[in-house]
Amino acid sequence: MVEFALPKNSKISGGKTWPKPTGATETREFRVYRWNPDDGKNPSVDTYYVDTHDCGPMVLDGLIWIKNHIDPTLTFRRSCREGVCGSCAMNIDGQNTLACTKSMHDVGAGGAVKVNPLPHQPVVKDLVPDLTNFYAQYASIEPWLKTTTPTPQKEWRQSHEDREKLDGLYECILCACCSTSCPSYWWNSERFLGPAALLQATRWVTDSRDEATGERLDNLEDPFRLYRCHTIMNCAKACPKGLNPSEAIAELKFKMVERQI
Amino acid sequence: MSGRSSMRTPLERVRGLGSAHTGTSDFWRQRLTAVAMTLLIVPVIVVVIMLIGRNHAGAAQMLGSIPIAIILLLFIVASTWHMKIGMQVVFEDYIHNEKLKIACVMANNFFCVAVALASIYAILKLSSGV
Repeated sequence: MVEFALPKNSKISGGKTWPKPTGATETREFRVYRWNPDDGKNPSVDTYYVDTHDCGPMVLDGLIWIKNHIDPTLTFRRSCREGVCGSCAMNIDGQNTLACTKSMHDVGAGGAVKVNPLPHQPVVKDLVPDLTNFYAQYASIEPWLKTTTPTPQKEWRQSHEDREKLDGLYECILCACCSTSCPSYWWNSERFLGPAALLQATRWVTDSRDEATGERLDNLEDPFRLYRCHTIMNCAKACPKGLNPSEAIAELKFKMVERQI
Repeated sequence: MSGRSSMRTPLERVRGLGSAHTGTSDFWRQRLTAVAMTLLIVPVIVVVIMLIGRNHAGAAQMLGSIPIAIILLLFIVASTWHMKIGMQVVFEDYIHNEKLKIACVMANNFFCVAVALASIYAILKLSSGV
């Protein structure tokens, strides 16, 4: 059966409350998931207080402030700090999103900012999930232009109308917020490709220049790879770029029916 | 994860046994039977309300009407088919033990076919006035 409860070694227990910063006039409480693969202990939730006058407005700013001023061992991924790279995807106040574009003022109604790693993925350390399977699923949809016609001397041409069909698909930054928010992905992540990979599959199936549309659909036509999507729509709710993977998957299903009827 | 399976590449694990090249027919039938049931549910409820309080002879007389019998038969076929596909999806979602899953899917098929045939037999028996 599906595991509904956390395995024994993943149960959260205890956690350290770090002292409030001295001299701070206004602080914000952060409760952050901690797990260290080296100490053999179960995960815990540490409590930190961030000096909001000495720190930027976003949740990522808070985490960086904690790392710089309180606890240098706190581990998380970050890079662009402007919602372009997708590195700092994590679960903030129960919602998967990017820490760099989520204002701490919009979180927890002034209470604690609860920060956890993306759900239902193995944890490497603290807020860093192991996304190996997620990236392999992206690779499996072969996200590149496939053609049989000899490559034109200048470029593959595309009409403005056909280019517009890629809007809402190409913007994905592969942050994994959608896939890790999807219950179907939690239960069957080994076989269900998940919203992110399927959104990208739709992007290549839709591309007017691609000549492998049928082959791509063949590859996706599977009770698990595609049809585990039950239109729960957590993906669309979670996407920090405002995309709708659920709609893209519906498009794939429609094409599957279209080529049969 | 066992030592042997951990030595497989992530892409090999994702590709697994390859695409089954099926699933669309079940997806389509699930929608088809859903639409059919939406159309049939009002007449079926009317028939059921009209059957309330009738004895065996009264019910047999009502089901002797061809349109009423056909509506009920269509509803039985649509609903048991829908039930079979829907329940199979639940098993596939939540049961990860392959043997148990196959046993459940098999039992689901037997159950749905049995319910469908028993219902069809009852309707035909009543509508033929036996």
